Amino acid sequence: MTTVSMREALNQAMHAEMRRDERVILIGEDVAGGLGGTGEDDAMGGVFGVSQGLVGEFGRERVIDTPITESAIMGMAAGAAMTGMRPIAELMFIDFMGVCFDLLFNQAAKFRYMFGGKAVTPLVVRTTIGAGFRAAAQHSQSLHAIFTHIPGLKVVVPSNAYDAKGLLIEAIRDDDPVIFCEHKVLYDTVGDVPEESYRIPFGEANIVRSGGDVTIVALARMVNFAVKAAATLAEKGIECTVIDPRTISPLDLDTIVDSVEETGRLVVVDEGYPRCGLASDIASEVAEHAFGALKAPIKKVTPPHTPVPFSPVLEDAYIPNDDDIVEAVQATLAAGR
Amino acid sequence: MEKSKLLTAYRKMRTIRDFEERMHVEFATGGVPGFVHLYVGQEACAVGVCSQLEGNDTLLGTHRGHGHALAKGVDARRLLFEIFGRAEGLCGGNAGSCHVHDSSVRYIGANSGVGSGAAIACGVALAAKTRSDGAVAVPLIGEGAANQGVVLEAMNLASVWKLPVVFVFENNGYAEATGSDWAIAGGELWGRAAAFDMPGVAVEGHDFFAVSEAAAELIDRARKESRPAVLELRQKRFYGHFEGDAQTYRGDGEVDYLRSERDCLTIFTDRVIAEDWLTKEELAVIDEEVTTLIADIYEEVKEAALPAESRLFDNVYASPY
Repeated sequence: MTTVSMREALNQAMHAEMRRDERVILIGEDVAGGLGGTGEDDAMGGVFGVSQGLVGEFGRERVIDTPITESAIMGMAAGAAMTGMRPIAELMFIDFMGVCFDLLFNQAAKFRYMFGGKAVTPLVVRTTIGAGFRAAAQHSQSLHAIFTHIPGLKVVVPSNAYDAKGLLIEAIRDDDPVIFCEHKVLYDTVGDVPEESYRIPFGEANIVRSGGDVTIVALARMVNFAVKAAATLAEKGIECTVIDPRTISPLDLDTIVDSVEETGRLVVVDEGYPRCGLASDIASEVAEHAFGALKAPIKKVTPPHTPVPFSPVLEDAYIPNDDDIVEAVQATLAAGR
Repeated sequence: MEKSKLLTAYRKMRTIRDFEERMHVEFATGGVPGFVHLYVGQEACAVGVCSQLEGNDTLLGTHRGHGHALAKGVDARRLLFEIFGRAEGLCGGNAGSCHVHDSSVRYIGANSGVGSGAAIACGVALAAKTRSDGAVAVPLIGEGAANQGVVLEAMNLASVWKLPVVFVFENNGYAEATGSDWAIAGGELWGRAAAFDMPGVAVEGHDFFAVSEAAAELIDRARKESRPAVLELRQKRFYGHFEGDAQTYRGDGEVDYLRSERDCLTIFTDRVIAEDWLTKEELAVIDEEVTTLIADIYEEVKEAALPAESRLFDNVYASPY
């Protein structure tokens, strides 16, 4: 076990899987970097440096830089996946899905179903989500909910380095198209990660903390805020369970419902937009499956229904934080029966 | 061309023609669910291209795909069952006319997201190149789809990455109801190839021999040099965009002209007999066999079992969900 960043944990996962299975290839813009330039060939490793060192070990036949051409990348990856490869395709920012969505939701997601089970599409789309980088409206969104809407896709939203490695290895070995959403702010967060490979199954939530008063479900970066909020609340004698679903398609609804049946109170925290997002989705599922257990209305903590703003003071106001979660927990305790 | 190849080509073109002409009749009488887009008139395009493909080459079809599938060797009976949404259809009734797929003959899904097959073909070619198996990927792309950004992206990527892809544009005159003369800037799809540093050729799509000769050269080059190319095939379709299309956009007499002057089957037959490559009797035997086949499968399909309702949930995911 060594302490590494989430960036390094993801890098380890890709190194290990590319060594283990020669069908695993990496495709994307600047995943190696340096083609056609006058400087170094293997210094960049993607815009966030996650794939550094891969081209040095595996060569440009398996670490494939592309032009800026997201539709062709996703189509190429889907076609290669259907014919025997196991591609990891990088969509630099999830915000760019608008230019390649057909290839993902109309093509890759549906091959198996449309073709009556005669195709497998073992494709991983690694992409980034999240605000906090002063990158404004077109590079900061958390659009994971949109992929969750589509049958045929699986969606992963890791919150820490350990999970990121185990979930990425699972994603690469999975036979379905997986959208793997990496929160940009988490790349530099560190955690204890075994050097060897391990898998974390999809659809199994992680109970980060247990407490009997309120259930908090949080995703990706919001898990850290939820843990911080729970610690603050514990000092005031309020005990929270914090659940990190880790994958949102499939979603481990059983763990969430079981917890709500004990606590009777639910706060859902997500950085996605509030309408038709994961917070709404989880709230509606719990309302349907655990209505009798609820002692108070479910509270959602999300950004407002606005694009992500640029000015630091505005962006900070936009992103939910631990104070917002503390407030929501207190509100749910004050309400209801 | 070898005699056996000529006989195969004729059988395929005749099968597509009869399959589709009967489909036209069945659709009008209400027996066919959903929408179908007929390939009548364009048979020499797919059959000419497929006459030059090897067993491990892949063809990617379009929404107008019955002919594409049959040309690549998909079983006519199971194709028909699929179009009628029957359990024994190639894809168990999940695909229908527009999404038929048969990996056993390397025919990749008829595709209704027009143009997307061009990008998917790049991945098929990448996989082939990675395995060094010498296979070529051939996406068929309608001239309407040719103006989709994804097609231009795929052409650029195939050239940059030196992928063995032959982009075949089927220019059938109309994108739904919009004429290709109006919609395609520059008028010539083959001419776009030069901008992507690949060869581009256009031929008349009603001439099987012109199509197969052009395809032979480009496919051979793609296979040997791992480089992409463009082939534009010009041949107007005889029917509408979909069955039920009133075709108000066509001028009087256009279809009559196509049927009398640009029918690929007549042109093929006249040529092979004039050149003494095949006899009338040999062609008549095929005609009779195809007539019987089409009559039989159209009779059988109407009684064929429908999918169990439980199949609704099958094959959404490959691994547990």
